[in-house]
Amino acid sequence: MNGNDPMTGVERIRSAIAKRQGDATAAFMPYFPTGFPSRSESVAMMRSMADAGADLFEIGFPFSDPLADGPTIQAATHRALLNGMTTRDGLDIAKELREAGITQPFCAMSYYNPIFNYGIDRFIEDAAQAGFDGFIIPDLPPDEGEEMEEACREAGLALVYFLAPSSSRQRIELVTSRSTGFVYLVSVLGTTGARASLPDYLTDLVAQVRADTDTPVCVGFGVSNGEQAAQVASIADGAIVGSALVKAAEGPDGADAVKSLARELARGAHGH
Amino acid sequence: MVDNMQAIFTADDYGFHYPDSRGKFGPYGGKYVPETLIPALEELEEIHATAMQDTGFQDELNLLLETYVGRPTPLTHARRLTEHFGGPEIYLKREDLAHTGAHKINNALGQALMVKRILGKNRVVAETGAGQHGVATATACALLDMECVVYMGSVDMARQAPNVFRMQLLGAEVREVSSGSQTLKDAISEAIRDWVTNVPDTHYLLGSALGPHPYPVMVRNLQSVIGREARRQMLDPSTGPGRLPDVVVACVGGGSNAIGMFYPFLMDPGVRLMGVEAGGRGIESHEHASRFADPKLGRLGVLHGTRSYVLQDEDGQIALTHSISAGLDYASVGPEHALLRDRKRAEYFYCTDEQALAGFELLCRQEGIIPALESAHAVGWLPELMSEVSPDDLVLVSLSGRGDKDLDTVMAELPLGD
Repeated sequence: MNGNDPMTGVERIRSAIAKRQGDATAAFMPYFPTGFPSRSESVAMMRSMADAGADLFEIGFPFSDPLADGPTIQAATHRALLNGMTTRDGLDIAKELREAGITQPFCAMSYYNPIFNYGIDRFIEDAAQAGFDGFIIPDLPPDEGEEMEEACREAGLALVYFLAPSSSRQRIELVTSRSTGFVYLVSVLGTTGARASLPDYLTDLVAQVRADTDTPVCVGFGVSNGEQAAQVASIADGAIVGSALVKAAEGPDGADAVKSLARELARGAHGH
Repeated sequence: MVDNMQAIFTADDYGFHYPDSRGKFGPYGGKYVPETLIPALEELEEIHATAMQDTGFQDELNLLLETYVGRPTPLTHARRLTEHFGGPEIYLKREDLAHTGAHKINNALGQALMVKRILGKNRVVAETGAGQHGVATATACALLDMECVVYMGSVDMARQAPNVFRMQLLGAEVREVSSGSQTLKDAISEAIRDWVTNVPDTHYLLGSALGPHPYPVMVRNLQSVIGREARRQMLDPSTGPGRLPDVVVACVGGGSNAIGMFYPFLMDPGVRLMGVEAGGRGIESHEHASRFADPKLGRLGVLHGTRSYVLQDEDGQIALTHSISAGLDYASVGPEHALLRDRKRAEYFYCTDEQALAGFELLCRQEGIIPALESAHAVGWLPELMSEVSPDDLVLVSLSGRGDKDLDTVMAELPLGD
């Protein structure tokens, strides 16, 4: 990211999460798709979320076949593609945000094919230059991640792997030993999307994962309001919110709605 | 008697064993899926291995294939088609005569029996393009008393309306998929989303030799009954010419009928294996589903859990495909085909919509067989094959399904009564 910053991307992510670590506090990590509702609005919304208390960002790259996403994010990223968004645009947007003075760590969220097509080494190099600190790739489990991991290691960037309620003891061990930056814990079986409440088993699930690792555990899928963010904060190290923010952005006063929801989520996560 | 599935494991001395333990066919295959699905894939790998060894399971499946599906399907000597071309003798492997009218039932029944018997799962989701796999799955679920949900793109529902009704008659719920291109690829994505959500009690009954490991190998094994029977029928003078074919031809969408037909011939070096992709409106139009034939759009990529050739734009977004046949209208191809092509063990060609329609008509008139539009691609490509073969050669064509479902499409395209 910053030419004079001696920290690696992994360290920046770890440090941003560590700042919020506490019994009832956690980092707040919004997901937002580049190019939605339009290119410029996506930039503006991420800037406003940075002001509203986001600790790090998951910046979405659109893909034609987003099989881990529910209807809200599917529709938003489809719109982004119709708006002509490309992988290069996603990188440029990160660069613009950096130039605008946003310092929070950035994770690029992309499906694997656009990265593979761009060229793994070239993508990581360009992403590092654009100001990214890590990658979240929902269809790349550690079983297939070696090439990406190696390139990330060299660049000091994080490759975040997932765990799910279906994960076995062995998978928890494998993922916690390989994931860098943090572990992305999917709170429910299913795709991304806002849900009325968080599942009861979540506390136990987080505890199981934590028992295995010092790597922070961030919870995503289904977190949609301040109360749920506070719930997550009481058990995990980070709360990731996507669909609820995308939904907020869809309305006529999208920018305001996103900003006020981001504030609510940050307050929930930060324990005040 | 239905040939035993064990045979393919003991007889494979082709020189290499794929997939490897990680589900790779050389550089292709693998499991590029969300972590949530990994346990289900591991479980599936286990039960597939168990089923392959379990003679009780094999016997039960074989009995159903024989007494319910109607296997072995016949080998037909296509005399008038042979005469028409004036070249090599042509034989047809009649998967169109299998129950439900296509080869899809071999896989659907095998997977359904496997998960019901070994896993105890009782809910099945499936995708369908032409509707043949959906109908086969709905049929297997009715037979085995399982709940069945089939995802189908809106475009495909419109062009395959009779199959939608068939699935409903069989007790399946057909869910319309109106996202993306509204065809097979979107139906697969939606079926995967359902599976991710309901994975503890749901099996995803994928219909072709693609997707994440172990699907490509599992579907190949279940479909290889086609090639095992055909090989035996060709060799047996009472059912065929008494020798192996020189050329085997099959259409390739995801590639399940082709791999099922090719696999038992892999170790017969004298047998040329030829796959025919959907050429749509021609390669230059970029409106087709020929993953191997279009150097601009067809490149190595990852779609729906597997690494293979994928039609995609320059930014890695999956391209919209076109074929007159819904069953071949898909942007990727089974990983084993990509490997066979690299190894030059199989060759791949394409047949345009127009050629496929000509093949459709030809088979109707010459042999009294109305083929599925998918299978019509194999027939429609035969004129091009003729320049490569001698009159002494034997050609075996996989007739993967029957064409009743396609009558509306064909009626709109072919003028009759002249």
